[in-house]
Amino acid sequence: MTISASTPAAGDVMIEMRQVDKFYGDFQVLRNIDLTVARGERIVVCGPSGSGKSTLIRCLNQLEEHQAGEIVIEGKPVHASMRGIDLVRREIGMVFQSFNLFPHLTVLENCTLAPMKVRGLGKAEAEATARMYLERVHIPEQALKYPIQLSGGQQQRVAIARSLCMNPKIMLFDEPTSALDPEMVAEVLDVMVELAESGMTMLVVTHEMGFARKVADRVIFMDAGEIVEVAPPETFFSNPRSERTRKFLGQILHAKQQH
Amino acid sequence: MSYEFDFADVFAAWPELLQGLLNTLWLSAAAMAIGMVVSVAGALGKTSGPKWLRWIIDEYIELIRNTPFLIQIFMIYFGLPSMGLKFSSNTAALIALVVNVGAYGIEIIRAGIESIQKGQVEAGKSLGMRPLQIFRYIILKPAIQAVYPSLTSQFILLMLNTSVCSAIAASELTAVAGDIQSRTFRSFEVYFIVTCMYLGLSIFFWTAFAGIERSFLRKPTR
Repeated sequence: MTISASTPAAGDVMIEMRQVDKFYGDFQVLRNIDLTVARGERIVVCGPSGSGKSTLIRCLNQLEEHQAGEIVIEGKPVHASMRGIDLVRREIGMVFQSFNLFPHLTVLENCTLAPMKVRGLGKAEAEATARMYLERVHIPEQALKYPIQLSGGQQQRVAIARSLCMNPKIMLFDEPTSALDPEMVAEVLDVMVELAESGMTMLVVTHEMGFARKVADRVIFMDAGEIVEVAPPETFFSNPRSERTRKFLGQILHAKQQH
Repeated sequence: MSYEFDFADVFAAWPELLQGLLNTLWLSAAAMAIGMVVSVAGALGKTSGPKWLRWIIDEYIELIRNTPFLIQIFMIYFGLPSMGLKFSSNTAALIALVVNVGAYGIEIIRAGIESIQKGQVEAGKSLGMRPLQIFRYIILKPAIQAVYPSLTSQFILLMLNTSVCSAIAASELTAVAGDIQSRTFRSFEVYFIVTCMYLGLSIFFWTAFAGIERSFLRKPTR
């Protein structure tokens, strides 16, 4: 398989960002972002804090609005204020750094709420799907517990299952392991690797470079709101073109050794 | 001190007192239920409604919280009829109580809504839920859980406030007590009994609120 650094085959484009700019007031958080993601592609986005990497993926389901340029999901331009933005969002799962499970609902109810209310599934069907995905993230036995009764790693796996229950076409991960204790990072990454192997289109913001090496088709490095470098992981890690990338890699690899 | 207590005349009027008690109970419970709906709807409007609606709700809250309850009752019972809106005293009392408790309830529930983390809404959005679904299924219950003690205190105040409705001769406990008192001249005895009855009503409502919390609003523990 050949991996193109920029443009996948035309008919199979899932996501397209064209010259996207985003501002918070006067401050520009995204600059002229161009990115095309093919169906089934796994992309890891990294960069220093404040580089705009979370903002980039949050623009894809329009949790953040962009001010200029175009974001096209499966051929449809999207905007937060558009009618039917919920129809776009239901096809895009998202996993957050802070899990954001619903505290008043059991694990099972967390997983069945949206399928029932958004997709109109019956309770039995929604629960069967939920149990299937809870099995897949290796916590079927926790179905009747509440989020507060689970460890961080378990909560994040429930969050992944909750997203998968909507049967999304794209999965976004916004620093999914950053809020976890070190010993729980692996259990979440394992689930993500399995998901990647199943062919899901994934965009993952993370500093877990081991994960990037293992599953990414392309690694994107961002700094100061710009995409600085896009490359397959082999090239990205062994032979980064940009000085900024080299510096960043040096810093995070050094930090890892200190752990 | 040569006063001789005599409860006989007051006890003889027990059917009236009981009726007054039941009317107060009914009036309070109805005003709480409708007031809750007003509070939730108002809080929703105030937190996510269009600007003009927020303005209206703000003005309503300020108007009610900065005027005496008795005047609000008079406005509804004596004032509105001159504009062609006429209510029986019990209906006017119910409306006044709802209008009054709504203003306080909206602010309480709004505080609850604002205590919910932004991430909860984002999770709902990312799952394709629409704003009203997010409010109904994700925000509402934790918001009420967060402010339940303030909300129930406000409802107890509402119950005690029904007493003011005697001013328009609504057939509640205080009005009944007034009748008996003016007939028997046994002021102390009547109001002693009525005090006990209000206390009983408070205990009843506190118990009911605790039961509702246990059954529907219990927070999971580790």
